[in-house]
Amino acid sequence: MGRYILRRLLQLIPVFIGTTFIIYALVWAIPGNPFAGKCGSRGCPPTYIAEMTQQYNLDDPIYVSYFKYLGDLLTGNFGETYSGIEVSTLIQNAYPVTLKLALIALVIEGVIGISAGVLTALRGKGFLDSLVLASTLFLIAIPVFVTGFVLQYLLGVQLEWIDPSVSSDPGIGELILPGFVLGSLSMAYISRLSRTSMLENKSADYIRTATAKGLAPRRVVGIHMLRNSLIPVVTFLGTDLGALMGGAIVTEGIFNIPGIGGLVYDAILGQEGTTVTAVVALLVMVYLLMNLLVDVLYAALDPRIRYD
Amino acid sequence: MRRTRMAAPVAATLSVALLAAGCGGGSGGVTKKTGTLDDPIVVQWGEPENPLVPTNTTEVNGGNVLDPLFTGLVEYEPKTFKPHNAMAKSIEPSPDKKTYTVELKEGWKFHDGEEVTADNFVRAWNYGAYAPNGQLTASFFSKIQGYDEVHPSDPDGDSGPKEPPKPTAEKMSGLKVVDDHTFTITLENPFTIFPTTLGYSAFAPMPDVFFEDKAKYEKTPIGNGPFKFEKRTPKQSLTVTSYDKYKGEDKAQVDAVKFKVYKKLTTAYQDLKSGNLDVQRQVPTSALVGGRWKEELGDNAIQREGMLTATLSFPLYKEKFQDPNLRKAISMAVDRESIMKSVFSGSREAMHEWAAPSVDGFEAGRCGQWCTYDEAKAKEYLKKAGGFQGTLTISSNADGSHQEWVKAVAGSIRDTLGIKVAFQPVPTFSEFREKINSHKMTGLFRSGWVADYPNIQTFLGPLYSTGGSSNDSGYSSPAFDKAMQQASSASSVKQANELYGQAADVLSKDMPVIPIYSQPIQAGKSDRVATATMTPRRSLALTTLTVAKPKE
Repeated sequence: MGRYILRRLLQLIPVFIGTTFIIYALVWAIPGNPFAGKCGSRGCPPTYIAEMTQQYNLDDPIYVSYFKYLGDLLTGNFGETYSGIEVSTLIQNAYPVTLKLALIALVIEGVIGISAGVLTALRGKGFLDSLVLASTLFLIAIPVFVTGFVLQYLLGVQLEWIDPSVSSDPGIGELILPGFVLGSLSMAYISRLSRTSMLENKSADYIRTATAKGLAPRRVVGIHMLRNSLIPVVTFLGTDLGALMGGAIVTEGIFNIPGIGGLVYDAILGQEGTTVTAVVALLVMVYLLMNLLVDVLYAALDPRIRYD
Repeated sequence: MRRTRMAAPVAATLSVALLAAGCGGGSGGVTKKTGTLDDPIVVQWGEPENPLVPTNTTEVNGGNVLDPLFTGLVEYEPKTFKPHNAMAKSIEPSPDKKTYTVELKEGWKFHDGEEVTADNFVRAWNYGAYAPNGQLTASFFSKIQGYDEVHPSDPDGDSGPKEPPKPTAEKMSGLKVVDDHTFTITLENPFTIFPTTLGYSAFAPMPDVFFEDKAKYEKTPIGNGPFKFEKRTPKQSLTVTSYDKYKGEDKAQVDAVKFKVYKKLTTAYQDLKSGNLDVQRQVPTSALVGGRWKEELGDNAIQREGMLTATLSFPLYKEKFQDPNLRKAISMAVDRESIMKSVFSGSREAMHEWAAPSVDGFEAGRCGQWCTYDEAKAKEYLKKAGGFQGTLTISSNADGSHQEWVKAVAGSIRDTLGIKVAFQPVPTFSEFREKINSHKMTGLFRSGWVADYPNIQTFLGPLYSTGGSSNDSGYSSPAFDKAMQQASSASSVKQANELYGQAADVLSKDMPVIPIYSQPIQAGKSDRVATATMTPRRSLALTTLTVAKPKE
């Protein structure tokens, strides 16, 4: 197991270099000089554009400028934004917030999604099953920004239970609603996924055997059935953390959460290669590490399919 | 054993979560602490585009923070926006309006204790003008004698292949320090309204610490204004507090103001309504529909005339747009009134003149019939011009909120003149600006202007003078240049304004640009704030903020 993890960790290096280069090149490929649009309708003076282009190595060929950037990155220097703010500061401010939000979303979708899936699978056809089916269909059908705006308006403006937007350094309490909005779509998928998977295993031979040899129903469901049924769900949850972090742009915008979604969006619009690359590179790391974690978790859930 | 190992971290996370939830509550009613650092007045804001240095800031978010941090020679009264002397005791022009002697008030200090002297002004202006520093506001100093030596112009224009020559001097010869509190400004040419322009933030004095360590200064700006910098979290918020040793008359009336970054105006608006935000500088368009914001905000709605305009410019460097009759025909084919109604539900004003209202020298309807919808006349002028071959394109950047009205204008021209008109979006604003700068536009393109100072000159000089700093259409008219020159050397501001009006009449004859609308200021405040005044440049005058009386 130890060697396997080490090998996987070493694989991260080429993936990291590859992704950062692709991202850097893509931001580079956006047409237009990033400094031409920074002065509104006035138009930027040519001396300003020339000075800034030189300062940020934008007049070098892309390979040179990328390796200058990578060199800085390896010495722990994430570079500066065009307004002279250190990217590392921005990341330090934004990452914990988004991570918190994504984890909350993950917990909400995991707990509600799995319980709904398990319950409906065990109860079989009936009112509960139809209710879950209808409500998940509803959640899948409406886009996240609609869910966000409606809940914000109902709970924030009409009922005044919460503030419509979160504070600059949001706590977990403030992030529950945004987390719910962010995780709502995946929640629907998870409940369906776990329902199907449970139903499939319900009629499996080993379950019949377990029941026949007189195990308590609790143990049959909790240990034998759930453990096997959770494999696809865990795979989904694992990759979903990365998706939730990277895909939080809409939710973050609605609730004014100072996270990485907005940071990346602004940076793409402003063609700030340094910011985009740094943030996305860290996102890539999250994806890779989560995938590794999922693979390791397989071993715990089903020793037959573990990678070793 | 296993259970206890899990229990500790779970308990710890839970307690942190509960604590965090408890602390995160928003503001609400007025208490004794309202307006202090514990519970500051919260103002809607956006992340500035550039470091917070006056000579490198032209957009409104950076400007709104710099305005209260600095007090220049001249300031504009927030309500009327008329200029008055602030740090200057007097600004005396010579009879020919070419040399100005500035005397400073004594005993003023920067926030770090350094005294403000004539040297702080002269050094700051020289820094702003010097080409290698690449400052955004360099062109503001171009009227001063010796500017050409520190900032030589490009011999073949911005788009040409030649590099501009290296500057031959570091300091402008027109600026001379007489003593600690006196300096003289000599201009290249007479400019009667020069003192009015000095209220722009680029003319602020800079403390010595700025020149010693610029990187450090950008993190903690130091000025001489009624508010001082307290703290900043990039992309989130910036807090300023009142400067108690401030010598000016416009002292701060609240202790602390927090500028909070909002990504969406609609979110800020929800916050405003529920008391989480105290001042919103711009109400979102969705709330303007049918006057909804006025119903919802009641007395807290703030509306006034603005100094923002939107126009469509002709690329006069293209052969097909040479005939003024064609340009007039197109202008008269735009039904401004109904576009304002259908696109902005009447929240913006159709524009029939060459400047926004609320600037000195403004006169309603100065563009007259040429900026008024008239189907028959538009067709007649199109015929005079010999018709229009091919497709007329109207270009705009697609990443702003301009598409709707530009498309509506395109439709109006198509329906009226019966020619082919196409909307041509450019993906990003920077790409759009680059095309404009390098004269690569092939049809009409969106343009706009925000006044720098409250005089009609700001809407004429930089935009239409030959070689003007923002003359995007490439317009050049000896008659206009001459009229502007006469106005600039007029004996009084009043006379200057009249002569600027006559220069604007030249534009009406030539129509290098089509005026479309001017945008009023629509802002809102919360119940916690008793008074808040918006300037016509859409920034909040921080010194006018007062906290409402606590409810018994």
